[in-house]
Amino acid sequence: MHKRVPDVVNVVNPEDYTMDAEEHVPEDRSEIEGEYKKSLLEVGYDPDGEERSGSFLQLDHSVICSTTVQEGIEVIDSSEALEKYSWLSDYFWRAVAADKDIYTKAVAEKQTGGYFVRAAPGVKSIFPLQTCLFIGKERLSQNVHNIVIVEEGAELHIITGCSTAQDVRSAMHLGVSEFYVKKGATLTYTMIHNWAPEVVVRPRSGIIVGEGGTYINNYILMKPVKDVQMYPVTYCGRNARTMAQTVIHASKDSKVDIGSKVVLEGENSRAELISRSIATDQANVTARGAIVGSAAGVKGHLECIGLMLSNTARIHSVPELEATVEDAELSHEAAVGRISEEEIAYLTARGLSEDEAAGAIVRGFLNVDIKGLPPALGAEVRQMIRMSADAL
Amino acid sequence: MLEIENLNLEVDGRPVLKGLDLIIEKGECHVLLGPNGSGKTSLLLGILGFPRYRVTGGKIVFNGADITNLTTAERVKLGMGIAFQNPPVIRGIRLGEMVNLCRGDKSGEITDETRVLAKELHFTEEFLERDVNAGFSGGEIKRSEILQLMAQDPNFVMLDEPDSGVDIENMELIGGMIGKLLHRRERPSRRIASGLIITHLATITDYVDVDWAHVMLGGRIGCSGNPDQIIRQISEGGYEKCIRECQMS
Repeated sequence: MHKRVPDVVNVVNPEDYTMDAEEHVPEDRSEIEGEYKKSLLEVGYDPDGEERSGSFLQLDHSVICSTTVQEGIEVIDSSEALEKYSWLSDYFWRAVAADKDIYTKAVAEKQTGGYFVRAAPGVKSIFPLQTCLFIGKERLSQNVHNIVIVEEGAELHIITGCSTAQDVRSAMHLGVSEFYVKKGATLTYTMIHNWAPEVVVRPRSGIIVGEGGTYINNYILMKPVKDVQMYPVTYCGRNARTMAQTVIHASKDSKVDIGSKVVLEGENSRAELISRSIATDQANVTARGAIVGSAAGVKGHLECIGLMLSNTARIHSVPELEATVEDAELSHEAAVGRISEEEIAYLTARGLSEDEAAGAIVRGFLNVDIKGLPPALGAEVRQMIRMSADAL
Repeated sequence: MLEIENLNLEVDGRPVLKGLDLIIEKGECHVLLGPNGSGKTSLLLGILGFPRYRVTGGKIVFNGADITNLTTAERVKLGMGIAFQNPPVIRGIRLGEMVNLCRGDKSGEITDETRVLAKELHFTEEFLERDVNAGFSGGEIKRSEILQLMAQDPNFVMLDEPDSGVDIENMELIGGMIGKLLHRRERPSRRIASGLIITHLATITDYVDVDWAHVMLGGRIGCSGNPDQIIRQISEGGYEKCIRECQMS
């Protein structure tokens, strides 16, 4: 009954998917947003753009909208940006190597959109910027390249959702994302994935955080997917900080290999990685976390916790710590197991039935305090997580 | 209120209570003394009906009804409550929400009622935002357990060592709150709630007036009587001597 499944997700050839998609035009924006409204809302993209400082929506290969309402914050198609700004080529393939694997190669050879976002020096976003990469065509390969630059002293929140139309079952999403957080700047990046059961997802991200900069990453995956594999790498400069929070609910036959790596290469830089995974049905989760400390005075902590809700699921928790200097302080906490009977008993002693107690514990487990979000967005994200937990 | 008759209890197949009898009347407060491993905590968890604590003989009657086969949740609904000695951390459930749950309110909003109660137990509003028991100090755990009981307001209150590892200042506060939970400030005839308190060093009896004391040994109650007398006998000669003298007289 207990199967042994491989750690890594399958290598999938991008050539097996089609690059051909109908072109969509910005004039049809309201029609498109109307048609996919429910799916868009589920990944945090509000077509009305209320309490957002800007919006970027891409359907298949076509950019439907790229608008900002706050001065100093720009969002446009990344290929278009490359033509517009000659200096931008320095930022392409600097945080992620083009020849890293077949997926980055596919994006380098056949890029189909992606966003360029820049916050000018000292600009602080009042509301988050929303971006959404949406697949509406069966068997499509969407190969985006995103560049985010937060200039010195600026502060930017991005909420990004990736999803598919309800009638799409199978597709491929390749996303190269390169983030540059300059001196004293802050970027919070909240990514919500909501895929279909046969979608293959291969994001490849690199983040370079300059002196005294802060990068906060939140990742949320609540719905079944064929497989997702990602392992963003963050490089922290002197006094830089990074925090990553990952909440995964893997169900059905989902294969999920998700983690992140932080290289603390600047003196006194800090990292905190938190990962919570729930596996049900036949889901297969590999939750990775790695911190490398290679400069004096660095501190890092990672927490990797998995909750098993089925005998046919699997969670492999892989916390890794590596120090190359004497003065590094790295620690981790990892645990995988079922819901504790002691916790259930505790809640039944307060009047909950056993089922109610188990539900409350699962909800609580997923209820990671999503850091760095404006309160309204934090409440939205919590609501999404709660809905997913209630469905268990 | 509570009548336990010839109770035999197993924990994971191991017998821990062997023919235990105990009667607690409405409005009474009893303390349970005894060495480690004598079955005190097992008795409390057995009364509460935790699944690992299996009754293999005898019965538990609560307010006239046989509850031996009821689930914990059903017993709690009938008015039982407990303060644990070492409760587990529950990630993602805030103390404030837990207090709501005790009141039967499943919403996550922390109410004024909760804030007022928390204040009585010297908890700040920020403290209510913390995950239940996560990084709580010994004293904070005791106060948080009592806070949850206050919100639940049961008429049969069990407390597992509310006085262990607590400093004098906290002890006064906790003693006062237990007195309140058990209506000790009322005239005896007006007391509705009853209590059963496990205590190691009997410290709690300096803060809460107690009607009866029982000494447990080897899964049975070996001796019952006036608390002052029993505590004195134990401190002079130990548990076994106390039980021997008690059984001779």
